Amino acid sequence: MLVALVVFLPLFGALASGTFGRRNRSLANGLAVVPMVLSAFLAVVVWLTLPETPIRQELFPFIQSGGFAVSWAIYVDRLTAVMFCVVTLVSAAVHVYAVGYMQEDASPSRFMAYLSLFTFFMLALVSADNFVQMFFGWEGVGLASYLLIGFWHHKPAANAAAVKAFVVNRVGDLGFALGIAGIFVLFGSVVFEEILPLAADVAEVQWHFAGLSFDALTVTCLLLFIGAMGKSAQLGLHVWLPDAMEGPTPVSALIHAATMVTAGVFMVCRLSPLFAEAPFALEVIAVLGALTAFFAASVALVQNDIKRIIAYSTCSQLGYMFFAAGVSAYGAAMFHLATHAFFKALLFLGAGSVITALHHQQDIRSMGGLAKKLPWSCAALWLGSLALIGVGVPGVFGLAGFYSKDAIIESAWAAHSPIGSFAMAVGLVAAVLTAFYSLRLLLLVFHLPQDTALAASVRAEQAAAQLDGEHSAHGAHHHEDAKEADASGAHGLDSHELDSHGSDSHGFAGVRESPMVMLLPLAFLALGAIFSGVFYHHEFVGDHAHEFWGDAISLAHDPLLEAHGKIPFWVKVSPLVAGAIGIALALWLFMRNTALRTTLATRFAGLHRFLLHKWFFDELYARLFVRPAWRVGEIFFHGGDKNTIDRWGPDGVSSLMARSGARLRKLQTGYLYHYALWMLLGLVLLMGWILFSTTAGAN
Amino acid sequence: MPLLSLITFLPLLGVLFLLLVRGEERTVESNAFWMALWVSLVTLFLALLAWFTYDRTLGGFQFVEEREWLPALGLSYRLGVDGISLPFVVLSALLTPIVIVASRMIQERARTYMILFLVLETLMIGSFCALDLFLFYIFFEGVLIPMFLIIGIWGGPRRIYATFKFFLYTLAGSLLMLLALLALRHTQGTSDITWLLENAQVVSGLQHWMWLAFFASFAVKIPMWPVHTWLPDAHVEAPTGGSVILAGVLLKLGGYGFLRFSVPMLPEASVDFAPLIFALSAVAIVYASLVALVQEDMKKMIAYSSVAHMGFVTAGIFTFTREGVEGAIFQMVSHGLISAALFLIVGVVYDRRHSRKISDYGGLVNTMPRYAVVFMVFMLGSVGLPGTSGFIGEFLVIMGSFQASGLLAFFVASGMVLGALYMLSLYRRVIFAAPSDGESAKMEDLSPRELAFFVPLAVLVLLLGIAPTLLTSVSGLTVDLLLESEPLFSLFHDSTAAGEG
Repeated sequence: MLVALVVFLPLFGALASGTFGRRNRSLANGLAVVPMVLSAFLAVVVWLTLPETPIRQELFPFIQSGGFAVSWAIYVDRLTAVMFCVVTLVSAAVHVYAVGYMQEDASPSRFMAYLSLFTFFMLALVSADNFVQMFFGWEGVGLASYLLIGFWHHKPAANAAAVKAFVVNRVGDLGFALGIAGIFVLFGSVVFEEILPLAADVAEVQWHFAGLSFDALTVTCLLLFIGAMGKSAQLGLHVWLPDAMEGPTPVSALIHAATMVTAGVFMVCRLSPLFAEAPFALEVIAVLGALTAFFAASVALVQNDIKRIIAYSTCSQLGYMFFAAGVSAYGAAMFHLATHAFFKALLFLGAGSVITALHHQQDIRSMGGLAKKLPWSCAALWLGSLALIGVGVPGVFGLAGFYSKDAIIESAWAAHSPIGSFAMAVGLVAAVLTAFYSLRLLLLVFHLPQDTALAASVRAEQAAAQLDGEHSAHGAHHHEDAKEADASGAHGLDSHELDSHGSDSHGFAGVRESPMVMLLPLAFLALGAIFSGVFYHHEFVGDHAHEFWGDAISLAHDPLLEAHGKIPFWVKVSPLVAGAIGIALALWLFMRNTALRTTLATRFAGLHRFLLHKWFFDELYARLFVRPAWRVGEIFFHGGDKNTIDRWGPDGVSSLMARSGARLRKLQTGYLYHYALWMLLGLVLLMGWILFSTTAGAN
Repeated sequence: MPLLSLITFLPLLGVLFLLLVRGEERTVESNAFWMALWVSLVTLFLALLAWFTYDRTLGGFQFVEEREWLPALGLSYRLGVDGISLPFVVLSALLTPIVIVASRMIQERARTYMILFLVLETLMIGSFCALDLFLFYIFFEGVLIPMFLIIGIWGGPRRIYATFKFFLYTLAGSLLMLLALLALRHTQGTSDITWLLENAQVVSGLQHWMWLAFFASFAVKIPMWPVHTWLPDAHVEAPTGGSVILAGVLLKLGGYGFLRFSVPMLPEASVDFAPLIFALSAVAIVYASLVALVQEDMKKMIAYSSVAHMGFVTAGIFTFTREGVEGAIFQMVSHGLISAALFLIVGVVYDRRHSRKISDYGGLVNTMPRYAVVFMVFMLGSVGLPGTSGFIGEFLVIMGSFQASGLLAFFVASGMVLGALYMLSLYRRVIFAAPSDGESAKMEDLSPRELAFFVPLAVLVLLLGIAPTLLTSVSGLTVDLLLESEPLFSLFHDSTAAGEG
């Protein structure tokens, strides 16, 4: 009952707010926020009273097709309970924050309903006891994400980003769906409780294809991982996440930082007994995770949009979680997932507070010296950044990221494998970059004085781009517009709302700190960012891990647990050192030797461009997939349907008939009734003759 | 009570009344509308009665009726439904009143229009109920005549071209099928479908020829690539109601034919030709989706999406797996609801500004918010989002395809990605993009009459998506019976064993 309430209260909130809140703003807010807060409260109760054996509550049958039988159910074990808490707590904070953030928006009930709907889908995902319900939640959160990215539908870039997010996720889901099919073929079931204990039994099964044989479980796990890559924005399928920042900031905090994007990590952990039997798949996950951590951090170094910087940071941190899972440290992956949810949501909401204060200005080049104007937002972003960098004193106290990132690096080391060492090395480099881009953001936004000339040129650029965007949207080139938008997806800054009275260059005269309703959630998340690590590291990755997790995740090969705390000192402090290097570098380049920055940017112009264009992924995909899809479509349509099939088929026949005599031509151009009549007549004659002949034959 | 005969011929009885109506033209047309609506609603009620009284613990034919008809010709009148045909009977009975309500605004010859749709209903339901080869053939081919007339009289400017193309394709197919039916009758000595389903045994070579002959007809009807090019033209030229029935029911006759005749009666050939079907289905899904992407005409885009969605159906049927076949049936029913709704959605804006060009619209979310919501539901259904009926069919077919071949499953599943691409692009351009001109801003939102036919469809799409057992509890046992019927079962299992060896 309790667990059902946790899941269904947000759905109730969504329906109620969406239906009854349309006329009344406070009703819309109240109908969504109250059930959500209640759900969060109950989730904590579930967490505190979790029994040792998982709770399973079956609702009603879902798909029943022979052996393929699944039900709607709510399944809560420790893993689900962790997700319940993370999702509902962050969601409740974001709901409250959104009341303030969206107070000038025209359709608050729609926004609140979408947020609650998202939460429902996410809870359905994490409480699934089978693949199909998980897929339902999985695509459901994708739908909510699509709706919320495109929430401001008057912005062409927002619509393009929404479509892009959905379609790229669908590419991942293709892998997921095929993976589920693979599971069904291997196990004859898609219910977790029935298949996970049997993973070892199918480890030897081979599939033959094109004369080669493949390890069935490895193939299946890799297919499932493709799904995880899409949802969790891993290298290759990450392209939608930065663009998703077109959505309102509370959305970015909840969906594109704290919860939905971690669904892939959750999935791998949920299926950890399966992945444990597919070592090659794990290696792929570890390598891709490490590469993503590095790639995204490198891109974040040079971006200028405050939200995009944090988005790439999210992408990078998700990479950490995956390489933790890849070295079988599922506990560490989940730990980082949980702590990251708090400090990343804090970062996003803090950034949102800055953005609203500046009337939707997001370019950090036009900001500067805001620390005094926005002290609370500044504190939130500092705290979030320090937690992200992982600041702490070993053995005494640290912020959330200090414990979880440490656990990941140590796990990678303790794996004692080439892949583990690679992941560790890449992870440390990424940690340096993380500290650097975090400091860069903080310094440029809050502490360094605004560069007025640069700010003016940025604003002029934005205005021009916006004008351009409007022009193209009104023009007759819808088709091209759609193509291009999907192709590049990255309109960059062209559509960010600009306000004429926005950040004026005279020291931000009108800038005011956000209202209490937005600051309180920040404070709540700050508590999480400070304490979630120190309170729970014994349970997630430490001495109590076995009792804590039970059978919820596979601890069989957890490198950290196998090492029994015997981690060399240098490994323990290496993430801290990496963070310190990054911080020092940033301070040096931005506070002391600012000229060097320009020198570096010109000296390594190619590299700078490469990073600024995000390694040219969007351009590459546009060339490889998007434009060819339309081109091939045209070729099929004109070359295939019109000029081949029709030409030699029906059109050919009709022209042949036209040439073969006037009577037939009359038929062709004549009255339609004639056709019908002819058909009927032909039918009757034929039937008559044939029936006659067959009965004659039968006699 | 001869329930099935009542359901089948009640619309025809309505036609009789419609013909008798006399009076001023305006009154006649209004009366015709109401009479047609009531007749179709009573038919729907009876069909639902059959649906709810159908015994779900049995797989075979129920409500069977049998009468001597033309004993001299060995022809009898046999009706009956099983778990495969009953869903389509109900689907036909459901879509007819919807089409009638949607066609309230027809100005020209409204009475004839109503008559034709009622005739169509009789023929459609008859096709699904017939348990005699030739009775089936009469209904199956007869369906085309009212359809030709509907397109030909109320169609667009290129209607003659479209009907002619339609006619050519189907004529070729139906002649061959007639030959196959005759051969079946001749070799097995009966035209009783019930008997043939269990006992048909056709010698190997002839079986393959007969299979191809059936294939010619069903492939055109469903339609499969490369005999699909009549469909976009027919849809574009047809009036809204015609498109709804065409996409909603007529295409399903092809899938139904495969399930009723090809697979159970010609199992050996079906297994042998399955790779051909797989290849054509894979091509259909990818090809039609890409072609849909570049369409500028909304109806054409949805027509091509139908070709892609029917690719799922053909692939599913020929996997000979429970999941694949059941998924195919589910996909047909679901597509019947969703594509019907999508054509109605196009009809709504066409009624307002007489254009089907995507680029003529834009920004409808501002002026037609209810329309945007309704469109969203069916767009998501078409994309196969879990929670809608579209998902269940596609997902089960993917599950079935993977058992047949990983490569097939990949192509089938790629329809998920491409489908999302063209449908979301369409939605974005029509609903969100900046309005192309002032016209879009003046369009009125859905009227209560329009909501009256969208709401039931939307409810069904969601209901079937969340509780698919509503349908699978009817179709399940019949599918089991089909797959476990002796000839197919032994054949298929022998052939897989051989394939592995």
